[in-house]
Amino acid sequence: MTDTLTDPIYKTDALIAEDIDAYLDVHQHKTMLRFITCGSVDDGKSTLIGRLLYDSKMIFEDQLAALEADSRRVGTQGQEIDFALLVDGLAAEREQGITIDVAYRFFATEKRKFIVADTPGHEQYTRNMVTGASTADLAVILIDARKGILTQTRRHSYLAHLIGIRNIVLAVNKMDLVGYDQAVFDKIVADYTEFAASIGITAFTPMPISGFKGDNITGPSENTPWYTGPALIEHLETVEVNSAVDADKPFRMPVQWVNRPNLDFRGFSGLIATGTVRPGDAIRVLPSGKTSTISRIVTMDGDLDQAVAGQSVTLCFADEIDCSRGDVIALADNPPQAADQFEATIVWMADEEMLPSRSYWLKIGTQMVTATVQQPKYQVNVNTMEHLAAKTLDLNAIGVANLSTDKQIVFEAYAQNRTLGGFILIDKISNATVAAGMLHFSLRRAQNVHWQATDVSRDFHAGLKNQKPAVLWFTGLSGAGKSTIANLVEKKLARMNRHTFLLDGDNVRHGLNKDLGFTDADRVENIRRVGEVAKLMTDAGLIVITAFISPFRSERDMVRQMMQPGEFIEVHIDTPLADAEARDVKGLYKKARSGELKNFTGIDSPYEAPLDPEIRVDTVAMTADEAADAIVARLIP
Amino acid sequence: MVDAKTLTHLERLEAESIHILREVVSEAEKPVMLYSVGKDSAVMLHLARKAFYPSPPPFPLLHVDTTWKFQEMYKLRDRMAQESGMELLVYHNQEAKDRGINPFDHGALHTDMWKTEGLKQALNLYGFDAAFGGARRDEEKSRAKERIFSFRTASHGWDPKNQRPELWNLYNAKKSKGESIRIFPISNWTELDIWQYIHLNDIPIVPLYFSAKRPTVERDGMLLMVDDERFPLEPGEVPVERSIRFRTLGCYPLTGAVESEAATLPEVIQEMLLTTTSERQGRAIDKDAGGAGMEKKKQEGYF
Repeated sequence: MTDTLTDPIYKTDALIAEDIDAYLDVHQHKTMLRFITCGSVDDGKSTLIGRLLYDSKMIFEDQLAALEADSRRVGTQGQEIDFALLVDGLAAEREQGITIDVAYRFFATEKRKFIVADTPGHEQYTRNMVTGASTADLAVILIDARKGILTQTRRHSYLAHLIGIRNIVLAVNKMDLVGYDQAVFDKIVADYTEFAASIGITAFTPMPISGFKGDNITGPSENTPWYTGPALIEHLETVEVNSAVDADKPFRMPVQWVNRPNLDFRGFSGLIATGTVRPGDAIRVLPSGKTSTISRIVTMDGDLDQAVAGQSVTLCFADEIDCSRGDVIALADNPPQAADQFEATIVWMADEEMLPSRSYWLKIGTQMVTATVQQPKYQVNVNTMEHLAAKTLDLNAIGVANLSTDKQIVFEAYAQNRTLGGFILIDKISNATVAAGMLHFSLRRAQNVHWQATDVSRDFHAGLKNQKPAVLWFTGLSGAGKSTIANLVEKKLARMNRHTFLLDGDNVRHGLNKDLGFTDADRVENIRRVGEVAKLMTDAGLIVITAFISPFRSERDMVRQMMQPGEFIEVHIDTPLADAEARDVKGLYKKARSGELKNFTGIDSPYEAPLDPEIRVDTVAMTADEAADAIVARLIP
Repeated sequence: MVDAKTLTHLERLEAESIHILREVVSEAEKPVMLYSVGKDSAVMLHLARKAFYPSPPPFPLLHVDTTWKFQEMYKLRDRMAQESGMELLVYHNQEAKDRGINPFDHGALHTDMWKTEGLKQALNLYGFDAAFGGARRDEEKSRAKERIFSFRTASHGWDPKNQRPELWNLYNAKKSKGESIRIFPISNWTELDIWQYIHLNDIPIVPLYFSAKRPTVERDGMLLMVDDERFPLEPGEVPVERSIRFRTLGCYPLTGAVESEAATLPEVIQEMLLTTTSERQGRAIDKDAGGAGMEKKKQEGYF
């Protein structure tokens, strides 16, 4: 093996000496792959990285001389070279013999340039591994062939998967110490396959290697004739990188900086997160929603006729529309959404534990807002993947929680877009980066806002009234008879000494909701507000009766979710459209048919009937009074 | 036509560096670019011009000068400042000047006073809260672990155990009054990347990187160039004309030359690739204080 120390397997390209221009041309067109290595000190991780640097001739003679001297002095490999000493940088860790932070290494082969994030395996350094993984296209999970799958293997795999790394290499290392035994390798692969599937990893590439001896690093090893897969370097050279995947997604670019050298030029600078952009493309600026078209893609090397994900450019618009740092420029007909409440996975990275309801800075893309995180729904045990109850998150804890921001942010789910779904939280006092997070989806549920506890509870309120609070949510077409029946129900309940309140659609629009029209967005907001008011009234112990068309299933479900289980009673006043239109007590159908009234439910705006209402009233089969009796009987048996 | 499937490593590195430069300009109050006139500075300056084009980079260049740079470096420095349309600030540590601190008589004290102290004084004087530097992670082991945004206390100290995690391309530039950030936009570039980029973009660099006949003396195994009359020759020492060039440029009495015939960029790159010693080997600074030289210097405030 001593030969390999002076004669690297990965030889300097002969082109360098023979034809440097040709070599430069090759190097210029290399692509780049970023990957992480995960494993503990004992798995031979530093040795593997040292080996990769060494085999790709990234170690110079003077470094090698120093390495040989160090190997004899403090090395752990006897007289042989201790590659680990090459990559253990800081003085503190050289003394302790451990890696304590993320370190980045560089090497290149004839096909690619590589950036390796060297991340430590100790549990307390979860944050470092997540940091290293956040920019990686691929993860190499190292396993000591003698030990098999350990707790830390599960932890590293979970974290790599959590951060969205699709390419996972299972490097079964130290094969030389198990006599290159195929059975050992196969057993580990079988064990890992079972575990991987349980956490959602569907594909990985296993390979038997020895970082120390160099087996299956740059080419097939004679010691493992039974292994026919690629060597590590071969695999790294050919696997697909993230930017290639991002280019196929819809165009999005967070605006970093507005370039305005004079009155004649106004450009918007940023790094394209996903997709492709060309002059003439219709774009939309989020969150304002204003649209324009791209007039130029400006660079110092001349205007471009196309730019793709991963490029830093400056875009000019055909129209003067507002656009500033924090905005997102997107494809006009396929823009991302904006929201202010989310569910997210959070990785806590600070010594001070997370404080639910404290304000933190949240940075996502180029947007900086104030955010508060609610008490976690659960924390994940990173060793067993179990969900644990948690009141907070402390250093290196990973949990799922809802969070809200003080203004809307443009976002996409992290699984779709790392740039618009990945965020950091910053402590407002210490300015430290205290957490990283990944958005799952937006919420419209009010229980995510922190609640000030009060001493007189909702149960106490209800107890005083000697009743059980409830919401009778009437839904149906205009003219179906909702208000009429609701009014009768309230009268009957009042006679029974029940404390009630009737929220009527028309009445609410005279006050609370007088700013809202009848577009879909306004209808949603109308129902949201009524839902909130109804919720407050149930907290006060009341039986709430509402009479709104409330045409959309999702909004009725949203209100249902606001209420305590069992307190939301959906009452479908089911009248055929023809009957309602024939009655037309307010003359609205006539106006809608004539086009005088826009967005009228049943005519030019949809009504989504309940699929499974608690109560269904067939107004053709019964009178209003009979219907009211049936509803009261259902509420108070 | 650019296609993401073939976006090259240099295109990705360029885009990353430009993104970093723009983030700092957007979030810092008073940024500055430290400009040392070397090849890394040349690339960093070029990237800044690209990042803000057609505007000039919206910050000044700061050269913390020791007065002991090569004459050709001063020439290129003034030319590049003019071409880029940027203000050039040159700072000399007055105390070092008054005490006549020089690399021949004072060794490590020279670097400490002129560069480390000079840098701190200049940043304090102008109140810069963010300073771009051209350090690369592949240069030296302790730099491999440094963040792209590196925080310094009000006294400019660096604590390697208390760095902010950097995830994705989200940089946290928040800081308290008095604190500052050093930003390394070309952290992920290697020496070969730098040379290749200079080649592709035709970036002006100091002619000393190319081989020419120059007057030299050999001392302690290093080839030193006699750049001006301040160079004190030892008894019996006679400058010899040698075909030399420099792989790295610092103060001329501290920077070793290599004998070379490489007179063009491709030849320089070829020599770099075929050579068997690392880049900083020609610099005396890394050898101070044993193996942990650079790390110790950084904790004290060196860039």
